[in-house]
Amino acid sequence: MASLRSFLRSGKNAVSVVLRREFSETSPAAVQVNVRDALNQAMDEELERDERVFLLGEEVAQYDGAYKVSRGLWKKYGDKRIIDTPITEMGFAGIAVGAAFAGLRPICEFMTWNFSMQAIDQVINSAAKTYYMSAGFQTVPIVFRGPNGSSAGVAAQHSQCFAAWYGHCPGLKVVSPWNSEDARGLLKAAIRDDNPVVFLENEMMYGVPFELSEEMMHKDFVIPIGKAKVERQGTHITLVSHSRCVGFCLDAAAVLAKEGVECEVVNLRTIRPLDVDTIEASVMKTGNLVTVEGGWPQYGVGAEICARIMEGPAFNYLDAPAVRVTGVDIPMPYAKILEDHSVPQIKDIIFSVKKVLNM
Amino acid sequence: MQNMLTLISNVFRLGNASKNVGAQAVSELLIGLSKYVDLTAPPAPATPRQPPLPPGTRMVVSARSFADFTPQASFPIKKCDLHRLEEGPSDEALLTREQGLQYYRTMQTVRRMELKADQLYKQKIIRGFCHLYDGQEACAMGIEAGINPTDHLITAYRAHGYTFTRGVAVREILAELTGRRGGVAKGKGGSMHMYAKNFYGGNGIVGAQVPLGAGVALACQYQGNNQVCVTLYGDGAANQGQIFESFNMAALWKLPCIFICENNKFGMGTSVERSSASTDYYKRGDYIPGLKVDGMDVLCVREAIRFAADYCRAGKGPIVMELETYRYHGHSMSDPGVSYRTREEIQEVRTKNDPISMLKERMLSNNMSSVEELKEIDLEIRKVIEDAAQYAISDPEPSLDELCNHIYARDPPMEVRGTNPWVKLKSVS
Repeated sequence: MASLRSFLRSGKNAVSVVLRREFSETSPAAVQVNVRDALNQAMDEELERDERVFLLGEEVAQYDGAYKVSRGLWKKYGDKRIIDTPITEMGFAGIAVGAAFAGLRPICEFMTWNFSMQAIDQVINSAAKTYYMSAGFQTVPIVFRGPNGSSAGVAAQHSQCFAAWYGHCPGLKVVSPWNSEDARGLLKAAIRDDNPVVFLENEMMYGVPFELSEEMMHKDFVIPIGKAKVERQGTHITLVSHSRCVGFCLDAAAVLAKEGVECEVVNLRTIRPLDVDTIEASVMKTGNLVTVEGGWPQYGVGAEICARIMEGPAFNYLDAPAVRVTGVDIPMPYAKILEDHSVPQIKDIIFSVKKVLNM
Repeated sequence: MQNMLTLISNVFRLGNASKNVGAQAVSELLIGLSKYVDLTAPPAPATPRQPPLPPGTRMVVSARSFADFTPQASFPIKKCDLHRLEEGPSDEALLTREQGLQYYRTMQTVRRMELKADQLYKQKIIRGFCHLYDGQEACAMGIEAGINPTDHLITAYRAHGYTFTRGVAVREILAELTGRRGGVAKGKGGSMHMYAKNFYGGNGIVGAQVPLGAGVALACQYQGNNQVCVTLYGDGAANQGQIFESFNMAALWKLPCIFICENNKFGMGTSVERSSASTDYYKRGDYIPGLKVDGMDVLCVREAIRFAADYCRAGKGPIVMELETYRYHGHSMSDPGVSYRTREEIQEVRTKNDPISMLKERMLSNNMSSVEELKEIDLEIRKVIEDAAQYAISDPEPSLDELCNHIYARDPPMEVRGTNPWVKLKSVS
């Protein structure tokens, strides 16, 4: 079912894959990999490639990871490289940054990004700003990763999206993968990057399988940080999104296509640095823009995109004001009916598109 | 005779500072006197009497040859209070003439540099934050004397002294304070953000440097290089939660981290009695062994850090040190420093407990140097500081092209938004 969905979503790409299948001489080595395994394999390969890389966080070792993202790694690499920490985020995030100062390449896992608030000083003041403050003397090659945003029924303190908060800060790179290709390529790129990278995963995506081509399975497959991807070509309106909402945009686009509206879906992949060029090119082509995100509207990712479009050449191509589809401006409630109505749904995207297009 | 009197007065000074005055002072005195009698170097020969010079003649100070000076001497040092340790550092320290001169030169340079910074700040040539280290020189010098250049060090914002002892030139420090391109961080860091090899600043957020230091120690352990990380914090920071988080992980994983509390009695304007339920900072590591060290005595600090470094290098895990010290200036340049303590108290420390005076007296009374030689060193240092200040004042400010550089490392050049959408600035790594 999931693979059929991804087939439908990818529009033109699906057709070309099928064609390629017909004419390729060897059988394609494409595999179904879910996001969790993509992350796991990426870390495994990077641990193997560079002995300075190590992973620390709560339950990452003997428990195999709270969400099983680090399954098998402790068994393979041992105590030295896969380190279980006590429940002391400020302390272990600082320790991770200090290790990065002194030449190692840590991956610091926050069990969820909500807990990063305990350690946010270390992420911002100790990691993000140091290269600048030292005028290029001290690098901080660290990756902070973990699940971000809403989950299912975990309520207000465990459901916040931090894309806007971390995306606000110069010196950080902030990455938000959607599918397995994103997860694999961006995590490898993040680990190889000499800068502090905030890697925002999504717990609801961990179990979702996607097809990975042979090229994507190569151990040096990296996706450049700072480049968005057009997941679906379209002509009438641009939908810009990141993380799980990219999937919703593709679903909305499939529905809208039946009504003759062709949506171009842009997967940001990176929050900071933002790939404004790709967004602008798309808006200049379609003339309409809707941003979609799970986080709160005020001072959010969509707000930034709209501001940039206003300030740039694409504004003159807009046929209507750009709008944002976001999470509802409330702490996340628990009851399912309330939770369902706190996050953007496919119908909200379709409704907004039709409003913008005056349909 | 003179030396014996000095020894006796030293002992009484030590006696005043410690708790058990009577028995300890007497036994130290006896040990001290017997040590003196055992000196191997012959006493200095009496200088021949000069004929009287005609009036108006310029006085030439005759330089004593180096052969006249005592090459080394042993000094009794205050015993450290111990926590969870069977034995502590040695209670005597061997000081060679070369070491003495080096420590004197370094501490005096730091002293003069900080006073110059004070002057420049009052002239408004230095701005923003400026936290001065004068009074605490023995801590920085003693630590550097007891570790290797390949060891690591991280401290908080009162960092100019350590920036110097870790190898940055005075001119680069002062030029950083004045915000010029010749500053150690090209003028982009300022007082609290100076870095050097194996020196991780200079950190502005109270306490944040402690987990960072534990992380550096983790890297040392991971890389198996037998190095240690000296991680400093103040009495004000000593109550920070993240410090206890660092203690826990350092002890759990046996990280080669020397946690050092520089207790200068005041966290900004708050005395230790008003901030801390327990002021035994060397015991605050609880399960981590600790020692309390006289931070005004450079030899005491050196012996203690040697002991601590040996402990860590032996794989026994972290250790906590408390250095009892004192700052002459207020918390920063905006604090006169006399609203929460008396001028008399500051003056008393200056006269009775100054680290540079203490070293000077030791060296002079043991014939390891002369007033003239030390004066010459002072003049040299004065010149260094003056030249550095001149440089710091005359060096140009960073070019505006520098504004957006050093956002990302090892990345291709990128565009950075200026204050308005029409200003597109360039950033290179």
